[in-house]
Amino acid sequence: MIIPAVILLVILGSVAFHLWTPWWWTEVASNWGSIDSTILLTFWVTGVVFVAVGLFIAFCVWRYRYDKNRKADYEPENSKLEWILTILTALGVIALLTPGLIVWNKYVTVPEEAYEIEVLGYQWGWGFRLPGKDGVLGTTDINNISDENMFGLNTDDPHSFDDILIDGDDLHILLNHPLKVNLRSLDVLHDFYVPQFRAKMDMVPGMITYYWFTPIRTGNFEILCAEYCGTAHYAMIGNVLVDEKDDYDGWLNEQMTFKETLALNKNNDLIKIASNND
Amino acid sequence: MATNGYEDVAKGDAIPALEVQPQELYHAKSFWTRYIFCQDAKVIAIQYALTATTIGLVGLVSSWLIRMQIAFPGVIPMDASAYYQLVTMHGMIMVIYLLTALFLGGFGNYLIPLMVGARDMVFPYLNMVSYWVFLLAVLILVASYFVPGGPTGAGWTLYPPQAITSGTPGSGLGIILMIVSLAVFVVGFTMGGLNYVITTLQARTRGMTLMRLPLTVWGIFTATVLALFAFPALLVAGIMMLLDNILGTSFFMPAILEAGLGEQMAYNGGSPILFQHLFWFFGHPEVYIVALPAFGIVSDLISVHARKNIFGYRMMVWAIVIIGFLSFIVWAHHMYVAGMNPWFGFFFATTTLIIAIPTALKVYNWVLTLWRGNIQLTVPMLFAIGFLITFVNGGITGLFLGNVIVDVPLSDTYFVVAHFHMVMGIAPVLVVFGSIYHWYPLITGRFLNNRLGKIHFWITFLGSYSIYFPMHYLGFMGVPRRYFEIYDSEFYTASTSDLNQFITIAALVTGFAQLVFLYNIIVSIKHGKKAEKNPWKACSLEWQTTEMPPEHGNFGKELPVVYRWAYDFSVPGADEDYIPQNTSPNEVANAQVEKT
Repeated sequence: MIIPAVILLVILGSVAFHLWTPWWWTEVASNWGSIDSTILLTFWVTGVVFVAVGLFIAFCVWRYRYDKNRKADYEPENSKLEWILTILTALGVIALLTPGLIVWNKYVTVPEEAYEIEVLGYQWGWGFRLPGKDGVLGTTDINNISDENMFGLNTDDPHSFDDILIDGDDLHILLNHPLKVNLRSLDVLHDFYVPQFRAKMDMVPGMITYYWFTPIRTGNFEILCAEYCGTAHYAMIGNVLVDEKDDYDGWLNEQMTFKETLALNKNNDLIKIASNND
Repeated sequence: MATNGYEDVAKGDAIPALEVQPQELYHAKSFWTRYIFCQDAKVIAIQYALTATTIGLVGLVSSWLIRMQIAFPGVIPMDASAYYQLVTMHGMIMVIYLLTALFLGGFGNYLIPLMVGARDMVFPYLNMVSYWVFLLAVLILVASYFVPGGPTGAGWTLYPPQAITSGTPGSGLGIILMIVSLAVFVVGFTMGGLNYVITTLQARTRGMTLMRLPLTVWGIFTATVLALFAFPALLVAGIMMLLDNILGTSFFMPAILEAGLGEQMAYNGGSPILFQHLFWFFGHPEVYIVALPAFGIVSDLISVHARKNIFGYRMMVWAIVIIGFLSFIVWAHHMYVAGMNPWFGFFFATTTLIIAIPTALKVYNWVLTLWRGNIQLTVPMLFAIGFLITFVNGGITGLFLGNVIVDVPLSDTYFVVAHFHMVMGIAPVLVVFGSIYHWYPLITGRFLNNRLGKIHFWITFLGSYSIYFPMHYLGFMGVPRRYFEIYDSEFYTASTSDLNQFITIAALVTGFAQLVFLYNIIVSIKHGKKAEKNPWKACSLEWQTTEMPPEHGNFGKELPVVYRWAYDFSVPGADEDYIPQNTSPNEVANAQVEKT
C-alpha cells in the first residue's frame, strides 16, 4: 500500500514543484521569447506523458499486487495497441519537432538589416570589436597579435583601421536592433552566453561562428562563458548593456578606433594597461 | 517456422535440428588458475564487477567533493584546478570504467553464456586477457593521480585545444595517461566484446533461437555491437590528440595563443570540431552502451517479479535494435551550439526525436507488463519501478535537449547535468542494484538481506530523485555547469544557494546509503538466507543449471534443450505460474495429466 502511495507522491510532488518553483528562467531580454514558448509546449506534451505513465504504474502496483490465488494475464502481444501507441508517440514528436525546427530556422537565418559586431574570447576575458564608420569588420589573423594589436587585425586591410576595439570593458548594444555577433577565440573553446538573451554559440579558435538576436529591453546583463575553457572558466564573466539610441551613441563616441589606439600606443602603452585592467 | 516461443508451444514440440559442437573447456587445476588467471566467464565477471565497483567508489567520493565545493565552499579546501580534476575524473570513471565495464564485462560475462545455454564464452583465454587488460587500463588511470600536475582536468569530453594547453590542469602527463588508459581500455574491451557477440551468435544451445533469447541478452549483445563500432572512433581521436600533444601535429589544433594571451603556438590548420565529431560518434552510442543492457535486464526483472510475460517481446527486440542503429546518427545533438554548420541542426534534431519513439514504446511495454500482472514487490521489483520513474523523467528531458532550438538556452547549464545523470547515471544504476539483488542468489547461493535492501532502495531512489529533479530548474535559470564558483554572479542568489545545499545533502545521504548495500553484499556471502534453486521461479536458463551456484561448464553433462521463450509466466492451463525454457511441451502436458 505504501509503495503506490509513494509513487503517487513522487509524481504529484514533481508536478507541484514545477508549478510553485521559485527557480525559474530570467525575464527574457531578446526576441527569443519564442524559445521559451517552445520549452513550455515541450513541458505540456512531456508532462502529460510523465504523469500518465507515473499514475499508471502506481495504479498497477496497487491493483495487481501479488496474490497467490491469482494468476497474471497471459497476453504476449497486442499489435493493435502497440500500433496505436506508436502513432500517438509519433504525433507527439511531430508536435514538438515542428515548432522547434521553425524557430531554429529563424535562429540560423540572420536578417538582412542586422548590424554586426565581433566578440572575442580568450583565457580569460572578453574583447569586443565594432566595425566603425565603414560598417565592415576588418580581417584578422592570429599571427598579427601583439601588444599593439590585441585583435590581430590585418594592417593591409583598409577596413581595419576604423574598427572600434573594446578590451576589458563593458559592451553596449542597441535596443530593438537586430544584431549579429561574430564569435572568435584566440586560444580554446569559449561560449558567449547571456542567459536573458537565451542565445548561445561556442567560440572556436580557427573559425568564426555567429548568432543573432534583437534586444528588447534595456538593462545591464551578465555575460557568462558557457563552454569549459580551463582553470578560470568560472571567472570569465563580462557585462553587456542594452542602450537606447542616445545612450548608445554617447558611449560609441567615447570608444577608440584601431587607428587611434595605434597612434596612442606610440606615446604610451595604453592597450597594455587596458588589457591588464581586466 | 514460427518466431515466437509461445506460438511453438501451441504447435507442440518444435526443436530446430541444430547441432552444437561440444566445447572443450580448460579445467583449472590450482588456486591461481581458478580464481586469479581464470578462464571461467563467471569468475571473470566477478573480477570485472569488483574492479569496476572499486574504481567507481573513487568516482562516487569525487562527486561528494564536487558537491561540497558547490554548496559549502571552503569546508573542504580545494582550488579550481582540483575541482576541475575531480569533475573530469568523476565523469570518465562513472561512464567508462564503472558503467561500461560493469554492464558488459560484469553482467555480460556472467549472464550471456548461462542465458544462451553455453558452457562458457567461445574464446575463454581471450576473455581472461580482456579482464587483465581492463585492470591495466584502470591502473594507468589511477597512476595519473600521482604524476606531476595530477590527472587531467579537461572535462570528461577532453575537448582540444584546452585538453592539451597549459590553461587546463593536468595538461602535462595527466592527459597523456588518460588517453593511454582509454586506448588500453578499448583494446581490452574489444577482446571481451568479440566474445560476447560471437557467443551470442554461435554458442546458443539447441532450440535457443534469436527470438527466444531473454531481453537481457539482446540488450547486452546490441550494446556490445555498438561498442565495437563506437570505441574505435574514441581510439583514433585519442591517438590523434596524443600526436598533436607529443609530436606537434595539428589534427585538432588551429593556430592559437598559449593560455592567458601568451605567444603564438606552433599549430596551424587543425579543427577542434573534428575532435568533437569523433568524440560524440563514440559518445552518443556510449549512452546506449550503458542504457541498452539496463533496458534488457529491467525487462526481465519486471517480467519475473510481475509473474507475467514481457509485453510485446518482438517489439522490444526491434526497439533495441532500432535504437542501437539510430544511436549512430544522432551524435551531433551534443554539438548544436558547438559551432558546426547550423543546418546540421535540422537533421540531428529530427533523428534524435525519432529515437524517442522506440524508446517510448519500451516504456509502454514495461508498464503494460505490470498491467494485470501479479506483482511481487521484491527488492529487484522495487528497483525496476524506481528505474521506470527515473527513466521516464530523464527520457522526457531528452526531448527538450534533442529539439535543437530548446537546447540553445539549456546546453552547458545544470539542466544538461540533471538530464544525463537521471537518464544514464541513476536509471541504469538502479537496474544494476535491482539485478544484483536478483542474481545474488544465483552467484552465491544466498539471498541479500531483504530489510537492508528495502532501506537501500528507498534512500537511493528518493535521494537521487531529490538530487536531480530540482537541479533541472537551476538550468532553466541559466546557471552554467562546470563553474568552480558562481558567487560573484547575479545568478547565484540566496535561494539558489539553498537549493544547492539541499542537493548536496541529498547527494551525501544517498551516497552513504550505498554503504548499507556494500555491507549487505559482504555479510550475506556467509550469513544470508540460503536460497533454494531458482528462488524467483524464473524461466530463463541461468536458473536451470544442475548446481546453484553453477559450476565451471554451467550445465553438467548435457546442455539444456530450449522449447520456448524466456517469458512463459502464468500460462493458462499450466500447473505452475512459470514454465522454464527447457521444459518440453510433453512435460507440461504430462504434469497436467498426472494432476488430473
